[in-house]
Amino acid sequence: MDIQLTINDISLKVPEGMSILDAAKTVNIDIPTLCYLKLNEMHYNNNIASCRVCVVEVEGRRNLASSCSTPVASGMIVKTDSLRAIQARRAMVELLLSDHPKSCLTCAKNQDCDLQSLASELGVRHISYEGEESTFEIDKSSFSIVRDPNKCIRCRRCETMCNEVQTVGVYSAVGRGFNTVVKTAFDLPLHETSCTFCGQCIAVCPTGALTELDQVDKVWKALNDPNQFVVVQTAPAVRVALGEEFGLEPGTIVTGKMVGALRRLGFDRVFDTDFAADLTIMEEATELVHRIQHGGRLPLLTSCCPAWVKFFEHQFPDLLDIPSTCKSPHEMLGVLIKSYYAKSLGIDPKTITVVSVMPCVAKKYEAARPELAQGAETADVDIVITTRELARMIREASIHFDHLKDKEFDHPLGESTGAAIIFGATGGVLEAALRTAYEVLTGETLEKVEFEALRGMDGIKEAVIPIAGRDYRIAVIHGLGNARTVLEKIRAGEINYDVIEIMACPGGCIGGGGQPYHHGNMDILAARAAAIYREDRAKPLRKSHENLAIISLYKDYLGEPYGKKAHQLLHTSYTPRKKI
Amino acid sequence: MCDTASPNKFVQKLDDYIDSLTYKKENLIGVLHYAQEIYGYLPDNVQWHIAQKLDIPSATVYGVVTFYSFFTMIPRGEHVVNVCTGTACFVRGAEKLKGELENQLKIKAGETTTDNLFTLETLRCVGACGLAPVMIVDGKVHGRMNEAQHINEVLAKYRPEI
Amino acid sequence: MKLKNTEALNELKAQSLKLIETRRVTDLVTTKNARGLVRHVMVCGGPGCHSSGSPGIAERLEEELNRVGLSEQVKVFQPGCFGFCEKGPMIEIHPDNITYCEVSEDDVTTIVEEHFIQGNLVDHLLFMDPITKERFPTNIPFYDGQLRIALRNVGYIAPENILEYIAADGYQALAKVLFSMTPLDVIDVIKESGLRGRGGAGFPTGLKWEFTRKSPADQRYIICNADEGDPGAFMDRSVLEGDPHSVLEAMIIAGSAIGASEGFIYVRAEYPAAIRRLLIAIAQAREYGLLGKAILGSDFSFDIELKYGAGAFVCGEETALIHSIEGARGEPSVKPPFPAQKGLWGKPTCVNNVETLANIPPIILKGAEWFNAVGTEKSKGTKVFALAGKVNNVGLVEVPMGTTLRQIIFEIGGGIKQRKTFKAAQTGGPSGGCIPTKYLDSPIDYESLTAIGSMMGSGGLIVLDEDDCMVNIAKYFQEFTMDESCGRCTACRVGTKRLYEILTKITEGKGTLEDLENMEKLCHIIKDTALCGLGQSAPNPILSTLKYFREEYLAHIVDKTCPAGVCKSLLKYEITDKCVGCTLCVKKCPMNCISGVTKKRHVIDQERCLKCGACMEQCRVVGAIIRH
Repeated sequence: MDIQLTINDISLKVPEGMSILDAAKTVNIDIPTLCYLKLNEMHYNNNIASCRVCVVEVEGRRNLASSCSTPVASGMIVKTDSLRAIQARRAMVELLLSDHPKSCLTCAKNQDCDLQSLASELGVRHISYEGEESTFEIDKSSFSIVRDPNKCIRCRRCETMCNEVQTVGVYSAVGRGFNTVVKTAFDLPLHETSCTFCGQCIAVCPTGALTELDQVDKVWKALNDPNQFVVVQTAPAVRVALGEEFGLEPGTIVTGKMVGALRRLGFDRVFDTDFAADLTIMEEATELVHRIQHGGRLPLLTSCCPAWVKFFEHQFPDLLDIPSTCKSPHEMLGVLIKSYYAKSLGIDPKTITVVSVMPCVAKKYEAARPELAQGAETADVDIVITTRELARMIREASIHFDHLKDKEFDHPLGESTGAAIIFGATGGVLEAALRTAYEVLTGETLEKVEFEALRGMDGIKEAVIPIAGRDYRIAVIHGLGNARTVLEKIRAGEINYDVIEIMACPGGCIGGGGQPYHHGNMDILAARAAAIYREDRAKPLRKSHENLAIISLYKDYLGEPYGKKAHQLLHTSYTPRKKI
Repeated sequence: MCDTASPNKFVQKLDDYIDSLTYKKENLIGVLHYAQEIYGYLPDNVQWHIAQKLDIPSATVYGVVTFYSFFTMIPRGEHVVNVCTGTACFVRGAEKLKGELENQLKIKAGETTTDNLFTLETLRCVGACGLAPVMIVDGKVHGRMNEAQHINEVLAKYRPEI
Repeated sequence: MKLKNTEALNELKAQSLKLIETRRVTDLVTTKNARGLVRHVMVCGGPGCHSSGSPGIAERLEEELNRVGLSEQVKVFQPGCFGFCEKGPMIEIHPDNITYCEVSEDDVTTIVEEHFIQGNLVDHLLFMDPITKERFPTNIPFYDGQLRIALRNVGYIAPENILEYIAADGYQALAKVLFSMTPLDVIDVIKESGLRGRGGAGFPTGLKWEFTRKSPADQRYIICNADEGDPGAFMDRSVLEGDPHSVLEAMIIAGSAIGASEGFIYVRAEYPAAIRRLLIAIAQAREYGLLGKAILGSDFSFDIELKYGAGAFVCGEETALIHSIEGARGEPSVKPPFPAQKGLWGKPTCVNNVETLANIPPIILKGAEWFNAVGTEKSKGTKVFALAGKVNNVGLVEVPMGTTLRQIIFEIGGGIKQRKTFKAAQTGGPSGGCIPTKYLDSPIDYESLTAIGSMMGSGGLIVLDEDDCMVNIAKYFQEFTMDESCGRCTACRVGTKRLYEILTKITEGKGTLEDLENMEKLCHIIKDTALCGLGQSAPNPILSTLKYFREEYLAHIVDKTCPAGVCKSLLKYEITDKCVGCTLCVKKCPMNCISGVTKKRHVIDQERCLKCGACMEQCRVVGAIIRH
């Protein structure tokens, strides 16, 4: 049933139940918001109406209404631009600023901050209500996330993300009154909690209260150290998002420019994590076949995503035997650089610094896991920076990104297929695996390589794929809340699958916590995913087992997939952890 | 914190109580009341234990504990002295009474004396407005506490005899 | 013994009447002719009397009566609050109909000897009019002008005995509702009665029931809001402690009217006595088949569970209360959806306050017209107030709506303590405002209180006199709302803090006219933008004091003085030439900042003076130490 109402003298009809905010949008009236954030694709809805910025005047109402949370009513007369509403909005921002550090110029979110833009949009020129400011300790305990509660505006977006979408539950509003702030249990440093470091809290934080642990300086230092051979690798999802940082349209593929920029920054070699993605397919597919043939436990769960790995270590410590033992692709590449490649160059692995550029902040934590190293001094990966940090380095080096010439990755660890690039979007790992599994198990050529059923933003996708006389029951999951739902059913014996792909971030790595900020615009994620599949189509080779460099890697160095050497270098183990 | 001594003492009692509940998560506040009654306060490990038993995040439990002023994470002294700061007591000198107590006990409201004998707190209206200003020691109301000497006499009753 | 039908209830009532008939005699019976009479001694068990030792008095009475062999014919009871807290502990003797005030344990022997054995009045324990010095054995003026509907049984029946409640028409309304009315009839009666929510906002109760009933659902809930949080109010506590069954009966009636089978009482954990009484009442009601499955043999089943608050004023707001029952932080959420549409666990929920519910059974029994004959055009029935502050007769009063403040404060309340001058009456607690002298004659009802910048609130009524600084009072309430803000919305979380800071500046003499302007502006913005009722009404104490007592703010800001002599930073103590140099003040000064030669005028070192006032309190020469 449609509801008739008037907004700023425009008469309109909208469906019942729609908020005033959304109704206004239908007639091109924007109402400023701050805490409100709705991401339909992620089933994320933060409309707790706490900031009071989106208030509007509704005729006949005693006070102003928060438009994000007030449904339209028949005959309603709304003013979004009255002096009363504008003054109230400005006052809310002034109040928030009165309890906010004024160090915008040096803040990690400078020029990317919703509070800053709002203050500018609303023409806040001074703060009428100065007073005591909150003082909280900054938490830099983890390898991934920096929490500066002093910059928290209590929008609770992170809490909604962590508790409702990811069901990790690390954050809660704590305290009461002016002292209320979003914190961890018992004020524990983040690294002592069950945080998975997925970084989705960072992705939705409107201010600088949650940011990645910046490792840019560490990279500069390595690059300027004449005794270090600095190798960089880039994840599939970086190349479809990096351009956004330089004003390019979302979904622009900038692989060549990115490689060019990395060369200009001074990296000795520029490799592609995609190579290791192809390698992962070889290992994981073999592992699956091995489990099926030897009566191993099913389903096999993918293990490329470090946030997902940490999630199941905390939440499902009783199921540690089902995830694949494969290291994540960049860790595989890291260890190969320091063994296989170091050997081929004849240099000491201790003089090699491996830098991973990832769409992800959990990868920073992952790189510090003690088991992902060859001895105490040689971590497989030394430094992880996010897409955003790479963009900062490019800017710091005054490189004109859009004028860069396209360059190619170095050989041999820069070779990859279309199967590897799709790792960047949800469903990609299994699609890639199926391309290989089909051909290996049937001995036939797979003509149609696209598995549409595995693509798209549905949180849980299921398919039954018949290969060589056996039905493979597979599922693709993104978002940890969805993962929990399925894992609990598996634990209860209610459902079963042969293999499940799980990525912590909604949309997969393209929506990672280290990507350029989407500011709530989900079209950006869709454009990145489309670019991933476009890049796949453009590749001459689209199946991992066709990667020539992979074939020679096994032939020259590793031996059999899932064999002894592969186990030693490419596989890992998991640790049960407490739920806090 | 959580690795050290889980709340062994009384833990069975608490678990039995939680097990007896039909609804668990929904009864978080009731469980916290119960736990505070047996432990006297709600230290981190007790909250963590409750979170595990009710299958809710520890942060959620902590968020609830810190929201309600009835819950405390600091152990109280042997005797709890409360000053009513309800409006009736306020206009009849509760501030002065609080100041005098702080003076006599040498602590601020919210603190516990070093000998662990007294904790000084404030609360809102106990319904004894006719006796304003009032102080409450271990639940017993003492009214018309205007004189330093009266206050001293009341406190003396709770001090061990030397 | 489960009661299977109305007849069984009536039979039980007939049997139980003897339990309370002794108390029904209203004419004064002289004690002399009353020897050998069966008597009931009622010892007030209200919060105030209880605190001043009434349980000890009851115990001593029983011992003493036992000693003199009267324990068979004289029974001692401890019912709920009599209301006249100022003169507590109080006892009433029936059927003599005599009230003794300010009784102590030491008086017990005298009472037993004189009253029960000799048949004499104990004169010095009778209420004495402070002006005429007249003694009142009964009909104390404090009760003139009062009308007890919500409190009808409080102080009259023993709250831990369901039979006394049944004898006093208890559960008759429930029987009527179950067997001779439809749910819609019930809702109509409540609507016609004009009963409005007594928790503060005054929403029509019948409409609330109707909305809840109309929301489609497989389950609905009724919640009794017993989270009395106004820092100066104890009405609900008195009802819960003194007449718990009336709340249960009303909840069952509401449940049947709205189609709910479960109810919750959200009660402050700080009210242990109320909790104990409620638990006893619930167990008794279940035992008699008045709660639980097939109530009174009907096809209606309903049960009640207690839920404890944990010290958060904001949980009086219904959405916050619901979240608290669900086990979460008590943060309010945006309305709509209203609880009547989507409340506890997403189901339609009706939240009613204790006093509101206490009115329900008599309305059902006596009819809507009986109830709406009392009160004003838009505010029907009575309202209970906790009268406190600088008034002679502190206590619990229930008056018809429309009674003036003057009647309450100067007639019932007996005027201002120590013959000081009335300055303002604060109603509505932290959400209300201060009413100045010029509105003393306005009738008390929802609309007129709102019109003069205050509100009905839950019923706290604090009387302020010339010694109260209005800026300081505003600061007190602002501190309260700041502490009790749930911290969710910007307007309240930061706004109330900033208001408090500005008020602090002003009381310290550091405020500017610009601060005043900013504060006023901020008050209006918070009213306009805060998420819930707590935040929206938080500026009321400031706005009302600004409206009626602006000159006091200006005195603090411009003249740097506190006219009431309260704000320490603005005070100055000085020793005048009347000083005789007795040195008493020197000994008392905690800062040792008074100096001078014995028998000569002394001087206070203003730099070091704490303004504690100890010197002035100690000084025995009038006018030797002055404060200005």
